[in-house]
Amino acid sequence: MTTLEKVIRSCVAAGGKAFVPYIMAGDGGLDVLNDRLLFLQGIGVTAIEIGIPFSDPVADGEVIQQAGERALANGTTLRKVLDVLADRPVEVTVPLVLMTYLNPILAYGVADFVERCTEIGVRGLIIPDLPMEESGMLRSELKDCDIALIPLVSLTSPKTRVAEIVSHAQGFVYAVTVNGITGVRNSYGETLMEHLRRLREWSPVPVLAGFGISKPAQVLKLGAETDGVIVGSAIVDAFHRGDLKFIEELAGCDELKVIQ
Amino acid sequence: MKKGRYGKFGGQYVPETLMTALIELEQAYEAAKEDPSFQKELDYYLRDFVGRENPLYFAERLTELVGGAKIFLKREDLNHTGAHKINNSLGQALLAIRMGKRKIVAETGAGQHGVATATACALFGLECVVFMGKEDIRRQQLNVFRMELLGAKVVSVDKGAGTLKDAVNEALRYWVAHVDDTHYILGSALGPHPFPQIVRDFQRVIGVETRRQIVEKTGRLPDAVVACIGGGSNAIGMFHPFVDDEDVALYGVEAAGSGIASGRHAAAIADGKEGVLHGAYMYVLQDADGFIQEAHSISAGLDYPAVGPEHCHLHDIGRVTYSAVTDTEALEGLQVLARTEGIIPALESAHAVKFAMDLARDMTSEEIIVICLSGRGDKDMQTVREALGGGVQ
Repeated sequence: MTTLEKVIRSCVAAGGKAFVPYIMAGDGGLDVLNDRLLFLQGIGVTAIEIGIPFSDPVADGEVIQQAGERALANGTTLRKVLDVLADRPVEVTVPLVLMTYLNPILAYGVADFVERCTEIGVRGLIIPDLPMEESGMLRSELKDCDIALIPLVSLTSPKTRVAEIVSHAQGFVYAVTVNGITGVRNSYGETLMEHLRRLREWSPVPVLAGFGISKPAQVLKLGAETDGVIVGSAIVDAFHRGDLKFIEELAGCDELKVIQ
Repeated sequence: MKKGRYGKFGGQYVPETLMTALIELEQAYEAAKEDPSFQKELDYYLRDFVGRENPLYFAERLTELVGGAKIFLKREDLNHTGAHKINNSLGQALLAIRMGKRKIVAETGAGQHGVATATACALFGLECVVFMGKEDIRRQQLNVFRMELLGAKVVSVDKGAGTLKDAVNEALRYWVAHVDDTHYILGSALGPHPFPQIVRDFQRVIGVETRRQIVEKTGRLPDAVVACIGGGSNAIGMFHPFVDDEDVALYGVEAAGSGIASGRHAAAIADGKEGVLHGAYMYVLQDADGFIQEAHSISAGLDYPAVGPEHCHLHDIGRVTYSAVTDTEALEGLQVLARTEGIIPALESAHAVKFAMDLARDMTSEEIIVICLSGRGDKDMQTVREALGGGVQ
């Protein structure tokens, strides 16, 4: 069992739900990245998903796309983010998950990238343009590493496909809650809860819901049918606006009993 | 070879949300290919609506001027809507109907694919949304107007450089969000499997007709076949039926823009590195960090920072020779063809014309070159006029 899965399982075993915020590395400058990690750890998040900006982010909605553009304008690259994470303060112990598109990894070199992630202590990878069919090459590099390759499952994935995806899953399964790109949404489809319930039954690893979660009420609603949630756009936006209080409220819903 | 792969190129690098749609599309296409009624219906529309087969024309005055090989033009510019793009748009629209999808999304660079898709949608009563870069909208206002007249909604994309790459990003995003009822008519032989194969198969009609026509006219196969390459759909359609004919030399012509050395170009085979863009493993213009670079070409239709996976493979195995022609050279090709033959080619095709002129010069009068004249130049008149300083040189 990977460290990431263990951390999520212990959070759930203690009666809580995992809360994983997404931040865009380099938005606001790379020098604020460590401060943000410390802040998020301080408010009790379970793990942190760190987005690496990409020039052509086809899975990202407006908010994250714009954050990515700001980060790119600041000169952020995969290499620089890895360097900053390598130098992070010793107090940052919360598991770190990198979210990046495939091409920057290919440009870095897959084997070198995995080696560097191992040195740094990265605990998970989310690569939205790497579906199951194409993931073999990276999976073989990750073999024997404590780095979970986290698969995404969408509402459109049929049962047989979901079964195959979750059979390879490590860390957690990322349940995409909408047919669409990332971004804030006001409501969810009626079939979603049923979909999440079934997914949780099938999955050997914890199931976390993500995409479009922006309000405490949504965190609670989706948290009820999963092992936790991932919140992206709303957190990226709050950091951009400097509204740290909102992030605390979102992460610290009393009912959620977030436990690290 | 693994399904959806051309050597190491191709594949399906897309968000999970699209995987089911791609699998459905592949199944629908495989079934359609086996269904004679599908091909019969497509043939009917290609003949009676598009105007196929179009001529293979002997460019006698161009041949005389250049001095060397005989130059023939495959006249895709005579198709309804003015370019080869209609072959694929019609085929995919019929496929969408077969799949029960009545909504279409597409992207367009020069506007020819957008116009072709808007046309097919009007013909079959399908809803149509076309994403187009802001810069391309500026360059191709008449095509935007044509699409709107045909009932399509044209959405301006102002991200990035506002060109084709950015329009593809937005079309993919839109498809991810509307995948339940919408088919994406991808306009070139790229993107995730099965698109490169589908687009190639619908464009193969170009090469199949050419092969038959040149034998009818000259009694033999050509010595060389030349086509321009952006994503590479007209070229792959033209080349594919000749790939096994070892004596036929195949030449793909990329856009060298201001020159390869300037860095302002769209020549992904000449100057790109292997990588993933828009769902496929290809040669891609990118920097050392894997960020995709903007392509530059006077021709909006060639302004794409990668080249379809099958071309990448044909390059790797040495079956096709890829070269690049600059903006200035393409303008020369356009003017020469206009004056010698009374045909104003699209700026895309002008790249192939210029390359073929140089090639023909070094060949004998017994030899034969065929150029795929992928489209007509009406859409480019504003750009050409600006480039020539408002007047003809």
